[in-house]
Amino acid sequence: MMQTIDDVQTDLATQGYVCGRALATVVFLSQKLGRPLFLEGEAGTGKTEIAKAIAASLGRKLIRLQCYEGLDVASAVYEWNFAEQMIAIRTAEAAGGADRGALKSELFTEDYLIERPLLQAMRPQTGGAPVLLIDEVDRTDEPFEAFLLEALSDFQVTIPELGTIKAPEPPIVILTSNRTREVHDALKRRCLYHWVDYPTFDREMEILEAQVPSVQRALSLEVVAFVQALRREDLFKKPGVAETIDWAKCLLALDAIALSPEVISDTLGAILKYQDDIQALQGSEAKRILDAARADLDTI
Amino acid sequence: MDLPPLELPEDGKLAHNITHFARALRKAGLSIGTGRVLDAIAAVQAAGFSEREDFFYTLQACFVSRPEHRTVFAQTFRLFWRDPKYLDHMMALLAPMVRGVQEDRAAKPAEKRAAEALLDGIDAPEPKPQEEDDAVEIDLDASLSTSVQERLRTLDFEQMSTDEVAQAKRILSTLSLPIKPLKTRRTALGKGRIPDLRQTMREANQRGGEIRAIATKVHRTRPPNLVVLCDISGSMSAYSRAALHFVHSVANQKDAGWGNVHAFTFGTQLTNITRHLRTRDVDAALAAAGAQAQDWEGGTRIGACITAFNHDWSRRVLGQGACVVLITDGLDRDEGGGLAKATERLGLSARQLIWLNPLMRWDNFAPKAHGIRAMLPHVTSFRAGHNIASLQGLAAAICDPRDGGDKARMIAMMRS
Repeated sequence: MMQTIDDVQTDLATQGYVCGRALATVVFLSQKLGRPLFLEGEAGTGKTEIAKAIAASLGRKLIRLQCYEGLDVASAVYEWNFAEQMIAIRTAEAAGGADRGALKSELFTEDYLIERPLLQAMRPQTGGAPVLLIDEVDRTDEPFEAFLLEALSDFQVTIPELGTIKAPEPPIVILTSNRTREVHDALKRRCLYHWVDYPTFDREMEILEAQVPSVQRALSLEVVAFVQALRREDLFKKPGVAETIDWAKCLLALDAIALSPEVISDTLGAILKYQDDIQALQGSEAKRILDAARADLDTI
Repeated sequence: MDLPPLELPEDGKLAHNITHFARALRKAGLSIGTGRVLDAIAAVQAAGFSEREDFFYTLQACFVSRPEHRTVFAQTFRLFWRDPKYLDHMMALLAPMVRGVQEDRAAKPAEKRAAEALLDGIDAPEPKPQEEDDAVEIDLDASLSTSVQERLRTLDFEQMSTDEVAQAKRILSTLSLPIKPLKTRRTALGKGRIPDLRQTMREANQRGGEIRAIATKVHRTRPPNLVVLCDISGSMSAYSRAALHFVHSVANQKDAGWGNVHAFTFGTQLTNITRHLRTRDVDAALAAAGAQAQDWEGGTRIGACITAFNHDWSRRVLGQGACVVLITDGLDRDEGGGLAKATERLGLSARQLIWLNPLMRWDNFAPKAHGIRAMLPHVTSFRAGHNIASLQGLAAAICDPRDGGDKARMIAMMRS
């Protein structure tokens, strides 16, 4: 169990998640105070991964709700299994004894209930309350945000036919946002907020060593220095940590032992995802950044 | 009201200090309610008070909810927890910097005058339209004969007299921009083709299990978002003023069919004036916007400004199928500013990119300037924007994605 901030750091590190003191502090607080954790930051900075790491280190179940535009209660909370219900009606009719009251009480029971992520998270789980990951909450619309507000403040949902279902133990809730739109302050206010930034050189080295241990240190030093130098460039989408890890894996698969302009231009698709950015890095640009990265390495 | 007693460390001063600190942050422009202060005190208790670093992160998690507030928080933290009194002194100096124009400018008549001078330099000061003046306004409108209105509709903004500008503004404030709503994935009850099993079952349940007809549902719609990028450089002065009046009226009409309206001005730098547009009084709104944008009637760096928009805002405001209206004459002073690339990126990120160009007022306008040639291929629609009639025509372009305006004709001229 995570009793102190140091515990959080060491526990997450055993799951291969290297995090800074700031993130560890908010993770610790969210558990201690039972508050949802709101993580905002650029894509690929490890917002989703931390939920997985927390679930694994606590031995809890991870329940994920991927948000998208138009997400509604039927796909987020619960839905009745209509096909089954209709079959039940037909069977009752065929048997000849379709009693109105009995049918009603039979049709709307938990047997016919399809539980979606939010409702699942309210249910008791073996091993303790689950970790509920509400991913990319900025993709939904404002009505769903308002619904989340209610669900997250009381940890209960109401199903008209069944009544209110309350979580016996509140789940550990983590919300992430890529900031494609501003999430309403009312929702943020109920959460502990943390902006997940790109890691520093040393932290990124630690992350890479934890995630891809088979990479030679000389290569990973170059990879991290190059990505760090790349983030200082004027790009439309800067590479995140996920891209660094992907790239290191690519280089490993190609048996590269050191970076060269040719290797970089062959594998650029692993770190840059926009054609404008890839084009900007063709030719001598890659070499210039590589030289800058190597110069950085010498000063460390 | 009595607050519930808190279990606090014995010396009892910490809670007091956190409250003070919250007050200091509030002065610096962060919105912090009492609930958050109580949370912060509870959080500090939970985290313990061993290291300054942990204390910092604990308070940050409770008080900060936007990345841009982090710097203000860090500065205030450093000052406050060193010596609260020193902070009071510093706040006086810091406040204008961190508060920007959030503060009510009315308190500073000199600045207000400067803003008015910036915005309404050539206009005679217009009587401020107030709520109770509505009756008078209608009278004025009625007094405009149809022929005057008709003439005004097609008169170039630049050729209007002060009086005509005032009248045109009044017409602009009544203009709306009707728009076809976007289909969403949400549904509502209604006659359509999607079977609504839940409703069918509900109805069956009321009839003791008898299914009479399958209920159906339809997709709900939502209004699209509008993003306006308005050039406020010297060559655009008469038009940008009129355009911003128009944008203000579109942004403030209830049920006008638009979701969020974001507005940016650019000349030599990009400025977000969205917040000011929410002020109901159009003159106050534009004055506040004018005070924030420091580059009125200066030069133009379109490429750099669009690049800045792509970097800082496009992901945040174009996410949900927004329509972009770009109001500029395309005369870029900054050759090689990456204009073509920036416009291409903008066009790819937006659902529609509509360019209003007041230079189109000339019948023999040809796309000769390098800026126009660079931007033209990447816009969805290219239209005139020099009088009221052309602004009204904008609605048609937005509703029909295939309406390219004069784009095809201009492209053909560019090739010949």
